[in-house]
Parts: sequence; structure tokens; C-alpha cells
Amino acid sequence: MPTPLEHDYIGLTEPSSSSSSCLVMERSSENKNISSSSSSSISSSTLTEDEKIKETELRLGLPGSHSLERKPGGLSLFGKDLEEKHNNNNNNNNNNKRGFSDAIDGSSGKWVFSHRVCNGSESEADLGKGSVLFSPRGGNVEGKTNGNGAHQSVPAMKDVVPISKSVAVHETKTQVSEHGSAPPAAKAQVVGWPPIRSFRKNTMASNLAKNNEEETQDKSGSGCLYVKVSMDGAPYLRKVDLKTCTNYRELSLALEKMFSCFTIGQCGASGLPERKGLTESRLMDLLHGSEYVVTYEDKDEDWMLVGDVPWDMFTDTCRRLRIMKGSEAIGLAPRAMEKCKNQN
Amino acid sequence: MLRMASSFPEEVLEHVFSFIQSDADRNSISMVCKSWYEIERWCRRRIFVGNCYAVSPRMVIRRFPDVRSIELKGKPHFADFNLVPEGWGGYVDPWISAMAMAYPWLEEIRLKRMVVTDESLELIAKSFKNFKALVLSSCEGFSTDGLAAIAANCRNLRELDLRESDVDDLSGHWLSHFPDTYTSLVSLDISCLGSEMSFTALERLVGRCPNLRSLRLNRTVPIEKLANLLRQAPQLVELGTGAYSAELRPEVFSNLAGALSGCKELKSLSGFWEAVPAYLPAVYSICPGLTSLNLSYAAIQSPHLIKLLSHCPKLQRLWVLDYIEDVGLEALAASCKDLRELRVFPSDPFVAEPNVSLTEQGLVSVSGGCPKLHSVLYFCRQMSNAALTTIARNRPNFTCFRLCIIEPRTPDYLTLGPLDAGFGAIVEHCKDLRRLSVSGLLTDRAFEYIGTYAKKLEMLSLAFAGDSDLGLHHVLSGCENLRKLEIRDCPFGDKALLANAAKLETMRSLWMSSCMVSYGACKLLGQKMPRLNVEVIDERGPPDTRPESCPVEKLYIYRSVAGPRFDMPGFVWTMDEDSSALRLS
Repeated sequence: MPTPLEHDYIGLTEPSSSSSSCLVMERSSENKNISSSSSSSISSSTLTEDEKIKETELRLGLPGSHSLERKPGGLSLFGKDLEEKHNNNNNNNNNNKRGFSDAIDGSSGKWVFSHRVCNGSESEADLGKGSVLFSPRGGNVEGKTNGNGAHQSVPAMKDVVPISKSVAVHETKTQVSEHGSAPPAAKAQVVGWPPIRSFRKNTMASNLAKNNEEETQDKSGSGCLYVKVSMDGAPYLRKVDLKTCTNYRELSLALEKMFSCFTIGQCGASGLPERKGLTESRLMDLLHGSEYVVTYEDKDEDWMLVGDVPWDMFTDTCRRLRIMKGSEAIGLAPRAMEKCKNQN
Repeated sequence: MLRMASSFPEEVLEHVFSFIQSDADRNSISMVCKSWYEIERWCRRRIFVGNCYAVSPRMVIRRFPDVRSIELKGKPHFADFNLVPEGWGGYVDPWISAMAMAYPWLEEIRLKRMVVTDESLELIAKSFKNFKALVLSSCEGFSTDGLAAIAANCRNLRELDLRESDVDDLSGHWLSHFPDTYTSLVSLDISCLGSEMSFTALERLVGRCPNLRSLRLNRTVPIEKLANLLRQAPQLVELGTGAYSAELRPEVFSNLAGALSGCKELKSLSGFWEAVPAYLPAVYSICPGLTSLNLSYAAIQSPHLIKLLSHCPKLQRLWVLDYIEDVGLEALAASCKDLRELRVFPSDPFVAEPNVSLTEQGLVSVSGGCPKLHSVLYFCRQMSNAALTTIARNRPNFTCFRLCIIEPRTPDYLTLGPLDAGFGAIVEHCKDLRRLSVSGLLTDRAFEYIGTYAKKLEMLSLAFAGDSDLGLHHVLSGCENLRKLEIRDCPFGDKALLANAAKLETMRSLWMSSCMVSYGACKLLGQKMPRLNVEVIDERGPPDTRPESCPVEKLYIYRSVAGPRFDMPGFVWTMDEDSSALRLS
């Protein structure tokens, strides 16, 4: 079934003499197959209606996604990122006065792995399977709320385009004119843009801090603050930019994102029959199973529970993070709670 | 004819080959005939591997049994901007282990964007008796303990260069591990280190190495101590200062100025961390001979820069912050007629409004006034087609043109239209252009120009540009010499990629992030192109838990004769011939 997009290509090119750019679009009915002879291109399968729609949806999704519940700051794993200049998000901006572990999930400090999913598949049967690997916690889907105000929108289901998290939403001209969407004009900072090396960013940040007596911009614009994050059981460490988060909630989201792949990995090679089981067992795990506690090493080289001090103080003193198994952190949490009690 | 070739003594051929050092020529030689292949492989001493996963250590060693110098590159270029998640790969350990056994006479190791461990550094220190040069550019994973091992054991070390690496800086004590008998240092770049070093150890090291030519200090070396160091090494050709600020004290200033004036060979200056204008004139005495100046960490305003630059008529390379402003660039164009390379970095890229008066005009001035200018990296906030066209006409000899308009998709500020025509002019006039980075508002037309004219282009960086797959198709089908293509946040999907699949085998690598390439297309590519490694980077979990049409977060495709790699982290999947997403752990 021919599609308009394919027509453009066929109209555009003739098979050129140079074999490296031979463009052959074969209309295959069902299967993807490579054209015969020494054709150097691969014909893609005909786009189904669903796929076309999905593409449209994807493009529509491009600019506006920052409105999704995933706070952009929490998405950024590395480097400059979506830092919204104005609050157009529906996430809680109120400063998290409670402990970090409280913010995550009531009192138990469990890890929440909510999951962004490529949607656009409303029409597809495997929506149920493919879309929600983990139960989106944070109190919305199940109606539970955490104390800070839940995600105000259903997380995973509404996500359209995962790539959108790194797309600058500011557009003066419609880029996707052929798909007809007019993006909102909101500005947002973007991961890795402008393209400046971390070394330079870090250096300039400390230069600016030293040279400017008064802060002419909020701290989030003046650089980045990378700290290592280790997680018990994970084969390698990650780094997170604390400047991309403005509160503990965002940090927790960022950490979830980073380490969710470990919990996925633990489920073994994914095969079809396992998927459903995957979802359920993951859910069970999170609800009843392993608990994690996030701790940090401060300037005095002491290991502290994340969440006790105001966010700004935390970012000033935090040197590295460690996600411990709850069983190991038994000593920490009660003491922290006691401290809280004593302070109040 | 054949007999003639075989009756030519091998030694003679080897001698002839020894005059040919370029990799491309060496490769050509090796393809003439089998005997030349054999002779050449035994006498090749220098290897460059642009992508460490394109070939395996074992393969390299098998073909080239007696290598003395190796250069390896690991992560994709966009790793510099944090687009490649940590743990992606680029581990040098397997290479070092293999070479430790196979190349006991290895002298030089140059690495870029690779993960190096202290164990590897220790192995290097122990295994290569004649080790001379270690260059770690934008590397990470090692600490000063590893450096201590190098310092302690490599008696013939000439070059230790850590430029922009991320070092776990445990202490400055490692420098003291250079034994007192060690005197062969020629080049030392420790500018990326953060902790203080014993200054006396540094001074003694500098003092006892008469061949020291290049010294790049870190910012903990205060300006007051600089003069002492310089007096120990008046033969320096390249100097990177430490912190270049202090309260102005006349004796410190004159001491420094005097020491600098004693360095008659000095050609290159860098460092200038936290520089204050008061101390700039201390370098005036050596400015007349200066060919390279890196002030890109110095927040110095344009009047001081203009004054400084007026003393540097022989300047060939200038890296500077946008504090220089248009007026400063105009002055640069007037005083530095020998300028070859200019980089202007943004002082404050994260504010929406410009904080300095630097516009497209600065670049126009320099392109007009500097006839030898061929390489530019320019960050600014506005641009016009008219300016780009003027620049292109002024300076058709550009080989490297990288323009970064800070706000994505910024249009021509005069016409409010796309900058297609401007970049079109660049590629049309600059026929020797090898590297191009574009920005601003660009439609597929811009890529049509690039595909049509940029025939010598080898590396192209795209961001937030284009309308459709047509754009990508223009580039892949038109740019005959394209080796590296990196793309982020462009609406390019499956069609152009699949249609130009064979092109990918002629390139070193392709990076696409936040585009629209579907998982299905990646699988297809992986299946059909066995000599390509198609790696999907996706932190949302296994791609086959989502629909096939779902776009992948990031995609890295590179040609390889080593097959898929096995050191991938949990968020990287290789699309293998076995059709399912493969991740061997």
C-alpha cells in the first residue's frame, strides 16, 4: 500500500551510478525484504496506517512534552537539561520539607520506578503489555498520594514521545509543518546544549561564581554539579547533575531513571511469555520487596541519609551518592527520624 | 613484471616504506601486492584506530606485530556534551592487556574519550620498558594513583598529557613519584587536575628536566610561584599558567614579567584561570613571538583583550570568550593577519538575553581581515544569511566551520527565515570544507545544499534542524567523503537511514539521538548489515518491550570487523543478525 511519504522518495531519486547511494524502495506487501541484486539499500516495510499515525503523533509530541509529569529536571541524567524558566509544569514545586525517603513513598523509603513509555500505540493490542513495565508510583494511578502532591497527570500512559525530553521547546517557526502541529513557545534548557564540554562548563561555573558578587541568574543556570552515584549490586556507577534538580523529588526521579535498567536486567532475557510475569513480579517486588535507601557522603566524609537537610544545603555538601539496600541502612533511618523529632 | 617485484630486496622496500608515515599511504602500499602487504605490516610502527570497537586488539596485533605507537578513540564525540550515558563503554583495559604481551617495545599510547583504569596505568608502567608518551585526552576512570605508577616506573617518559580528562584526584602527591634520576620530561599537561601539588616537587622536576618544552599547570599553582618555575625552564615553548589572579603587587608583577621575558622560545600561552587584567601586561614581552593564545578561561573584558592582541602580530591560533565582543574581533582582524584558527566560547550560554555585544559581525570582521583563517568555532546568539554569505565569500579557504547559535532553531534575525541560504553559501564557496557544524533554523533545503556542494566534508554535526527524512537523505547520498555524522533532535527517521544503509559502511560512525528512528528499522539494519554494529541506547528498558515502531532514544552505528562488542552496559542493545535485540552479559 503506497504511502505519500514513500512517493516523495521515489519521485526524488533515480538509481544512481554510485552503488553506495542506490535508493531502491520496494513496495513490499507484508514483509520487509531486501531488494534483489546488489542493491545497497534496504526497503522498509510499507507503513501501516497505525505507523503513520504514530509518526504523526510522534511529531506532534515533539515540542510539548515538557508538560508531562516527568519533571524535566528529573529527566536529565547528565549535563544541562530541561530547566524551565517559568513554571509551566504540573509537578510540585513546593520545596520538599519532608525527608527524602518520605517523598518517595510514605514512610518506607522504597524505590519507585515509574516508567516512560513510547505510547502512540493506543491502537495496538500489546498496549497493556508494552506500556507499563512498572507501576507508576507517586500516588496517581492507584489513587495513593504522597505528601507532596502527586503527579497531577497519569504518568506513563500519557507519555508520547520519549525523545521529547531533550528537545528544546522553543520554536519560532513550525519545524514540523508537514504534520501540522504548532508547538508551544515555552523555553527550556536542553541536555547537552549548547555543546560545551563539561570541563569548560564546570570551570566557567566556578569562575562566574567567583567573579560575580551578586547572583545575576539563578544557580541552575550557572553550571553543573556532577556527583557519582553508586547502587549496591549494580555493576557500574553513574553520575548525576545535582543542579538539574531543584528538590529531592526530582533527584529521586532522576535516580530512578538511571537505575531502572538494573531492575529490568535482573529479570533476565525478555521473552514474550515472561513479559506479563515481568510486570507482575516487578510490581510485587516494589510493593513488598527490596527497599532501597539513598545516602550521601558529605564534605566531612560522613555518610548521611538523603533528605534531612534543605535542598540547597544538601547540594552544597553532597560529594557522592550511594543507594543502599534497606537492610544495610537499618542503623541510619531511625536515627534520622529521631533527629527530626528532636528538631521539631 | 611480477618477478621484478619479488626480486627487489625486502630491506630496500622497507627502507623506502619508512619514509611513508601517513596511514592512508601505508594502507595503499599494503594493497599493492601480497609481498608488499607482508613487508609493510612488519614495518608499520604507528597505528591509529579511530573507533576502538571497529577492530579487536587481537586483530591489530596479528597483522602488525611490531607497533611502537598507538592511538585509540573510544566514545562518540557527543559524549563530550553528556549525551552518552556513563558506562557506555570505551574501555582501554583489553587493549593494554593485549599489548602488554605483544608489544614490549611500545613507546606511545594516545587515547581519546576512553575509560582508563589505574590497573591499566600500572600495567603500562610495568610492561613497556621504553615507554615515552602517554596522552589521555578527555579520558576518565583513573586516579592519581595510576599516575604515580607511571611517574615512578617510566624512566624514559617524555610526554604526560592529561588534557581535559576526568581524573579522580586523590592528592597531588603523585608528582613526587618521579625519581630524582628522572630527567627526560619534554611535555607535561596537568591542567585538568584539581588538587594542590607540592610546589617544591614540581619545581625540582622542572629544574632537572632540561628538555622540557611544554608545561601546562593546573589552577592550584598560584601566580606568585610562576616566576620561579619559569626561571627553571627558560627554554619553554608552551606554557599553561595556573591561577592568574592575585591582588596587584608590584614586586610579583615585575618578577613575573621578568621571568617571562627570559623565555625567548615561548610560542604558546594558555591557562589564565580566573585571570585579572592587572597581570596581563606581564606577558607583553613575549607577545611578539606568540603564535597560540588560549584565553578561553579568562573573564577579561574586550578593552584589555584588544590591548593584549595588539601586541601579537604573529598570532595563529586564538581561543577566547565572547567577552571579546565584536569590537575586539574587529581589532583582532586588524592586528593579527596571520590568524589561522579562532574559537569564541560563550561566557554565559544559559541566559536568554545576550550578556555581551557579540554578534555575527565579529565573525564577518575576522573572516574579512584574516586571509589565512581556515578554522572557526563560534558561539553567538544571532546570525543572518547575509552575514554567512559574506563570510563564505570572504573566506573560501575554510576547512572547519562550526557555528553554534545558542538558541536552537533561531532564524535569520533580519528576514526571520531559515538560514539555509547562508550555510548553502558556506558549503558552496568553501570547497575544501572538511568539518561543519550547523545551527539555527534550517530546513531540508540546507541539507540539499550540503549534499550538493560539500564534497570534501568528512564530519558533520546537526542539531534541531531539518524537516524530514529528505534532509538526511541529501546528506547521506551527497557527501561522498563523509566519515562521521552526528545528529541530535532532528526529525529524521527510518527511510533515509535504510535507503542509504550501504553508505554507513563507508563511514566511521553515525550517531542519532532524539530522532525518529524506530526500533524495527534498527533491527532491520542490524540484520542486513553484518559489518555494521547497530547499537540502540535506551534507558527506558529493553526495546522489545515497546512497539517496533517506537523510536529509540539513541542510536550509534559504526562499521566494524570485530563483530558486536560484549562489554555493553544494561542500556545498550546491539542489533545482531539473529534478529532479536541481543545483549550478552
